[in-house]
Amino acid sequence: MERATNFAKPYSTRLFFQTVIARAYPRVIGAQREKSWMFFEIFLPLLAVSAYVFVYRAIGAPETYVGFVVMGGAMTAFWMNILWSMSSQLFWEKEQGNLALYIIAPNSMMAILLGMALGGMLATTLRAFVIVFVGGLLFEVQFTVASFSALFGTFILTMVALYGMGMMFSSLFLLLNREAWHLASLAQEPIYLFSGFYFPLKSLGFWLAAGASIIPLAVGMDAMRQLVFPSGPSLGFLSVPIELGILVILSVVFLVGARYLLAHMERLAIREGRLTDSRR
Amino acid sequence: MSEIPAIQVEALTRVYKIRGGKKSDPKELVALKDVNIQVSRSELFGLLGPNGAGKTTLIKVLTTLLAPTSGRACVAGFDVTKEPHEIRARINMVSGGESSGYGLLTVRENLWMFSQFYGIPSKEANRRIKELLEVVGLGDRLNTKSSDLSSGLRQKMNIVRGFMTDPEVLFLDEPTLGLDVGAARDVRSFIREWMDEKQDRTILLTTHYMVEAEQLCDRVAIINEGRVLACDTPAALKHQLQEAAIFQLQVSPLDGTPPETFERIRGVRHFTYCPEDGFATLEFVLEEEDVLAAVVNQLTAHDIHLQNLEKREPSLEDVFVHLVGMSMEEVERGESN
Repeated sequence: MERATNFAKPYSTRLFFQTVIARAYPRVIGAQREKSWMFFEIFLPLLAVSAYVFVYRAIGAPETYVGFVVMGGAMTAFWMNILWSMSSQLFWEKEQGNLALYIIAPNSMMAILLGMALGGMLATTLRAFVIVFVGGLLFEVQFTVASFSALFGTFILTMVALYGMGMMFSSLFLLLNREAWHLASLAQEPIYLFSGFYFPLKSLGFWLAAGASIIPLAVGMDAMRQLVFPSGPSLGFLSVPIELGILVILSVVFLVGARYLLAHMERLAIREGRLTDSRR
Repeated sequence: MSEIPAIQVEALTRVYKIRGGKKSDPKELVALKDVNIQVSRSELFGLLGPNGAGKTTLIKVLTTLLAPTSGRACVAGFDVTKEPHEIRARINMVSGGESSGYGLLTVRENLWMFSQFYGIPSKEANRRIKELLEVVGLGDRLNTKSSDLSSGLRQKMNIVRGFMTDPEVLFLDEPTLGLDVGAARDVRSFIREWMDEKQDRTILLTTHYMVEAEQLCDRVAIINEGRVLACDTPAALKHQLQEAAIFQLQVSPLDGTPPETFERIRGVRHFTYCPEDGFATLEFVLEEEDVLAAVVNQLTAHDIHLQNLEKREPSLEDVFVHLVGMSMEEVERGESN
C-alpha cells in the first residue's frame, strides 16, 4: 500500500483514537440532523417527568422529589441510548453491512465500540442537559451543587460504567441475533423501575436497591442526587464514596467484559459464519 | 516479495452448519469444496458462477471474515487464519448492493469516516475522496446525504470507499449488481483504468455476468456448487469450445412440438429454447457443424420454418454450459439435468 509516513500504522494507538473519533462522528453530527429527536427525546420524557411532578405535588411530597424526578427524566435518555443505540448497534451494523467493513479494517473493534459509546454519550448529554434545564425552569427546581468537580467526576464515572455495560451488551445482543430486539424491549421498563428514575433508590428497600446497584445508572444517579440536592444525602442509598467505589468496580467489570465478549463474538462468528450473514 | 502470489488457495473447503429446529440436527451445506486458486500480483482475476456457487463464501474467507473448514488460504503472503491482522492492513472489499455507511451523513462524511479506519490523515482523505468522486462522476454529490442517492450512485460511493485506501488486494463482490447499464459500464471502466494505472495492485472480482468477466478479467475461474471447474484466460477457456459449433436459429412458433425433440438429436450438446411473439429462438451447441443438417431435418419434419440462422463465436456462457451441462440461469432456477 502506498502508505505515506504521516499515515497511522495499522493497529497503532494513533489509529485507535482516529477510529474512535470517526465512529463517534455519525452520532455527534449525523444524529442532530434528524430534528425529530427534539420531540421524541426531549418532549416525551418531559411529559413523563411532568406526570410524576404533579403526583408528588398532589400528595405533598418534599420538593426534593421534584428535583429527583427531573434528574431521573434526564437520565432516562442515557438508558434509551444504551438500549437502542448501543446494545443493539452491532446487530444493526451487521444488518446494514457495516460490521464486515469494520472487521476487515486494520483497527481494533474496541475502538469502533468506544467511538459508538463516546458519540452516543455526547449526543445524549445534550438531550439530558436540555431536559434538566427545561424541567428545572418549568418546575422551579433548586439545584444546590456542593462540589462541581465531585459532580462532574461522578457523572463521568457513571457514564464510563454505563457505556461499558452498553459495549458489553452490544456483543451479547449480536450473538443473540434477532432476539436482540425483544431483549431491548424487555429491558426498558424494568430498568426504569429498578434504577429509581422517578424516586429515591432507597425506597426499594436495602436488598432490592443493592441488587439494582449493578445498574450503573442506579448508583450513579443516587450519588449525583446526593451531590445536587441539600436533602439528597438523607435520601441516598449508600454514601457517595461507596457508590463511587461500586461504579469503579462496575466500570472495570463491564469494560473487561466488553473486550472479552467482543473477542469471543468475533471468533465464534468467524468460525460459524454468522458475522455477516443473518441466515445462519 | 514479487514471487509471492497475491492470493493462494489450497484445497480449501468450507462447510456451513445450518441449524434446524430444536429437535432436528444441524444440516451441512458445502459452500466450497477443495478449491485451488492462485492469483498473481497485478492480476484482475474473476470468479464466475451463478448465485450460490460459493463466490461470496470464498471472498469472505479471503477477507478474514470466515474461517475455512479445511485447507489453506493466503492473501499477500499471509495466512487468513493465523495472520488476519496482516491481511486486513492490505485489503479492502466492496460488495454489490451494499448499504454501508450512514444515511444521515453526506457522501464526503461517510467516505471520510471509513478512511479514518485505515489511518489516512483527514486532509489526504478529503483530497482522495474529492479526486475519486470526480473520476466516478459523483463530484457534484460531495455534500449530498447518502440516503438521497439512487442505488447506482450509492454503489459508486461504495466503489470509492474501496479504492480510496489504495489496497494491495481489492475484493469486489458483484460490484455491478443491480446497476443500470450506464452505471455498470462506468464502474467497469473505472476498475479497468485503476488496474492499468496501478500496476502492482490485484483485484479479485466475483460476478455472474459473463460480459463483465470477459471484458475485465485477465483470468477467470468458473465455479459452481463450491467447486472450481476451470481456470484460465477468457480466450483460453473459449478455445476449449473451438471445435463446437454454436448456432442461433430464428424459427416459426413450435406449435406443439416439444422442445425436447431437438435436445435428443444426436450431436446436440446443449439446446435452449426461447419462445417470442410470432417466432421462437433456438440456440444449439453442436459437437460439430454437420449436426446442423439433422437439426434442419427435424425442423422440416415438424413443419417449422427457418427464418434466420446465425453462427456465432463461443462465449464464456457457452463454456459454462459446456462445463456444467446447463446455463447459469438454469442453475439459478434450480433446474437439473
